[in-house]
Amino acid sequence: MTDVTVSPPVLELRDVSVCYRIRGRAVPVLSRVSLSLGKGEVYGLVGESGSGKSTVALAVQRVLPSNGYVSGGQALVNGRDVATLDRAALRQMRARDVAMVFQDPGRALNPSLTIGRQLAEVFEILGSAGGEALRRAEAMLERVRISAPARVMERYPHQLSGGMQQRVVIAMALAKDPSLLILDEPTTGLDATIEAEILDLVDTLRREFGASILFISHNLGAIAGLCDRVGVLYAGRLVEEGPVRPLFRAPRHPYTVGLLRCLPRPGLRKSLAPLDTIPGFPPAPGSITAGCVFAPRCGLADETCRTVDPPQVELGEGRVSRCHHHDRIGSLPHEVVRPLPTAPQPAEHAAGTPVLELASLSKTYGAAPYAVHALRDVSLRLMPGQTLGLVGESGSGKSTLAHALLGLIAPDAGGRMALDGATLAPEVRRRSPEQIKTLQIVFQNPDSALNRSHTVRRLIGRAVTRLGGLAGALREAQVTRLLEAVRLTARQLAARPRQLSGGMKQRVAVARAFAGNPRLVVCDEPTSALDVSVQAAILNLLADLQAERQVAYLLISHDLGVVRYLSDAIAVLYLGRLLEVGPAANVLDGPHHPYTEALLSAAPSVTGERSGRIRLTGAIPSGINPPSGCLFHTRCPRRFGPICETEEPPFVADAAGHAIRCHLPREKLGRSMAAMPA
Amino acid sequence: MTDTVPLAEPSLPVVPAPARAEGRGRGIVGVLLRSPGFLVGALILLFWTTCALFAPSFVPYDPYADDLLNTLVPPSVEHWFGTDQLGRDVFSRVLVGARDILTIAPLATIVGTVAGTAIGLITGYFGGWVDAVIGRLLEVMLSLPLIIVALLVLVALGPSTPTVVVVVGLVFAPLVARTVRAAVLTERHLDYVAAAAVRGEGAFYIMVAEILPNILPPIIVEATVRLGYAIFTIASLSFLGFGVQPPSPDWGLSIAENYGVLVGGYWWTVVFDTIATASLIVGVNLVAESLQRALAE
Repeated sequence: MTDVTVSPPVLELRDVSVCYRIRGRAVPVLSRVSLSLGKGEVYGLVGESGSGKSTVALAVQRVLPSNGYVSGGQALVNGRDVATLDRAALRQMRARDVAMVFQDPGRALNPSLTIGRQLAEVFEILGSAGGEALRRAEAMLERVRISAPARVMERYPHQLSGGMQQRVVIAMALAKDPSLLILDEPTTGLDATIEAEILDLVDTLRREFGASILFISHNLGAIAGLCDRVGVLYAGRLVEEGPVRPLFRAPRHPYTVGLLRCLPRPGLRKSLAPLDTIPGFPPAPGSITAGCVFAPRCGLADETCRTVDPPQVELGEGRVSRCHHHDRIGSLPHEVVRPLPTAPQPAEHAAGTPVLELASLSKTYGAAPYAVHALRDVSLRLMPGQTLGLVGESGSGKSTLAHALLGLIAPDAGGRMALDGATLAPEVRRRSPEQIKTLQIVFQNPDSALNRSHTVRRLIGRAVTRLGGLAGALREAQVTRLLEAVRLTARQLAARPRQLSGGMKQRVAVARAFAGNPRLVVCDEPTSALDVSVQAAILNLLADLQAERQVAYLLISHDLGVVRYLSDAIAVLYLGRLLEVGPAANVLDGPHHPYTEALLSAAPSVTGERSGRIRLTGAIPSGINPPSGCLFHTRCPRRFGPICETEEPPFVADAAGHAIRCHLPREKLGRSMAAMPA
Repeated sequence: MTDTVPLAEPSLPVVPAPARAEGRGRGIVGVLLRSPGFLVGALILLFWTTCALFAPSFVPYDPYADDLLNTLVPPSVEHWFGTDQLGRDVFSRVLVGARDILTIAPLATIVGTVAGTAIGLITGYFGGWVDAVIGRLLEVMLSLPLIIVALLVLVALGPSTPTVVVVVGLVFAPLVARTVRAAVLTERHLDYVAAAAVRGEGAFYIMVAEILPNILPPIIVEATVRLGYAIFTIASLSFLGFGVQPPSPDWGLSIAENYGVLVGGYWWTVVFDTIATASLIVGVNLVAESLQRALAE
């Protein structure tokens, strides 16, 4: 943060309001948002979906969709009001002053142009000639830490990994040396290790380039690690603002408090306590006209909150809160809706038959020499009523494993899958009705997993018929029971998915999976399409259902917070191979496989401490041509000799059943920092 | 406009669901009623449908009655559109002539849409060799001019109304199948299909109860477009003598019967039938186009 007082702020919003015209009605999506961004500053804008955070980015560049317009206030870039700029000046501003990086790098790059061509174009627009532009493009790629930039220049976007693509997009954005860089969810959709790399990169580049950054994200951890100041957006209003550390340490608005409490913190487990949630739902845009927008969901709200719009209260040290009760935030009641579930004792089950047993499961796509080994020799056991967390980056084979288990793809011959001791046929058609109802799934994205033309009644009812074998009044009764179990009401029965919020949709998907009283439910990234506060509610629901019904979960997730909260055992996959498996506490505390260690340290935390981060270098190798020896040796920070490249390490388990596939002896393997008590 | 949420339905559970379900249906009807193209097209269709249903009861003359003393009379106060070679009233014949084409073309369209939808669902859903084999067969059919295929079959089977319906329908099926297959391929990879499979649902249930409702919009649009082509094809077949048979006042047939006398300047025997055919096709296409736009919104 350099001298903010001398030069005008790079970006200043003064009471900006934005409306969208929907069916002839003006719907406010941003109301009176004010913020300013000094030179070299990184400002984080947090908010859940629908809070209007992307609208801020669009309004700054005057690229609102055709039905959107700024209904009040001013947006100033380098002291100039963007609304008053004529066409040429606006173009000039977009070409030189403001750069934007969008969420999906795959869609931000032109698929039919090489990287070099696209990047050089930026320099050409800025006035460099052909050869000069190419040279500068290559230098730019080097600055975003792309190794062998000359080779990357010749590639097409689809030949690069997601992380590399995002680096290229960042390079393009920085190429014009903008004074303002807007990053809109730049790491959403990237793996945790890649996300950490990109965040590191942004952190380094901000120093090198001195650009001010508006960092828009729903990821509190990413914001905490990167930003100087943060603004919390709720229902189009900036409810709290301040320097990042104090704000996250001692938030002064009930919404911020709620958001932070929703996060599955280290040390919190399903058996210890439920996660906090924020009750209710975000209001529809424009539906709250009087009082505080957060009042309907706030535990501190009183009559004043419902009638008087809270003023912006200066709290000193640059902190601002829009709350009548900012001084007694500490007394915000916890939203606890249930008593602690009685946790099943792992010891009781250890002796019984595992609900799921996989032995030497492999899956190969294609034939040699182009065979891709999506799964290699995976053996796992899952006890009834327990959760096995399956962790790994994209391409690790997590989804292949789930699909093989569900009978959607046939694994290679030679492996065995057994459900409750009985062999599971590779194809779902050959499985007994009993096995089908025992094994169900909750998909990642409820928009895709729920048939959009069916009503909730039909979605759940059909599952009850098929899996529960019920009809008529019995079926109706069971549907009602399931709805209640997932905290929905009969009001939602006639609704179609698009009429429900994201969290409600996922609840319907959960209800459907539980229709036949399953004993094992595969949860494939069950919360990664959801907002933080909704995620907490779904995790609580899954934990409750598990405690009530003794159902086992195979939890696939890249979010270690989620895995940590729900899992009793954890398995780590890399290129289809198990690198580590064991009881959750042992895997999380260590000793770790170097890969697990890197995954754990990559997960950003809201405390903003990012020391001790283990950085993985290089991209995930391709499955067609996997590394020899230890699959992980190409990226391993602990590689110690030629043995890593030539010999596959043994998979040795200790007495607790904690197995690690590494040549290093256990005592030399890393342990987690004290930040993660079990 | 990816993340500009307010454009999507705001997540508001308080609003009673049924009201909003209607909201969308009304939305499409509303968009249609505000589109001039749709209104004109619908008006044309309404006019010809009324003629097809009721014209025999209100036309001034019996469309089948010869009047050999008044052949080839130019348009006049008695005979608005004149008379043909046999002295039949062209005006009455044009109005009543809507009947055959408006029976055969929709039936053929239904046959084609149903058959095409079935083929498209099967090839799109199963993929693999099923798709490869059926797909190549369809391509063979598509590579031949439709009218020639229809002609060959009609020559082999002999022309009759049911045959025309089936033949034109089947000739259209590959085109519908191609559209449906493409729509199925996008749906096929959505998780609700996987969820149904995991539930142990059979292929038939998944295709008909899960996928079909979601691909109805493109099927409806395709069917309306096909109806336009069906009218055109059947009129051509009738003209060639393989469609509607005499003494029907069908437009294509009338043109065929009378175009010989065009050289003599008796334009009215042909022009009104031509205009009628063209207007019907234009009407159908206007409706199809507006429907497509409304469903895409």
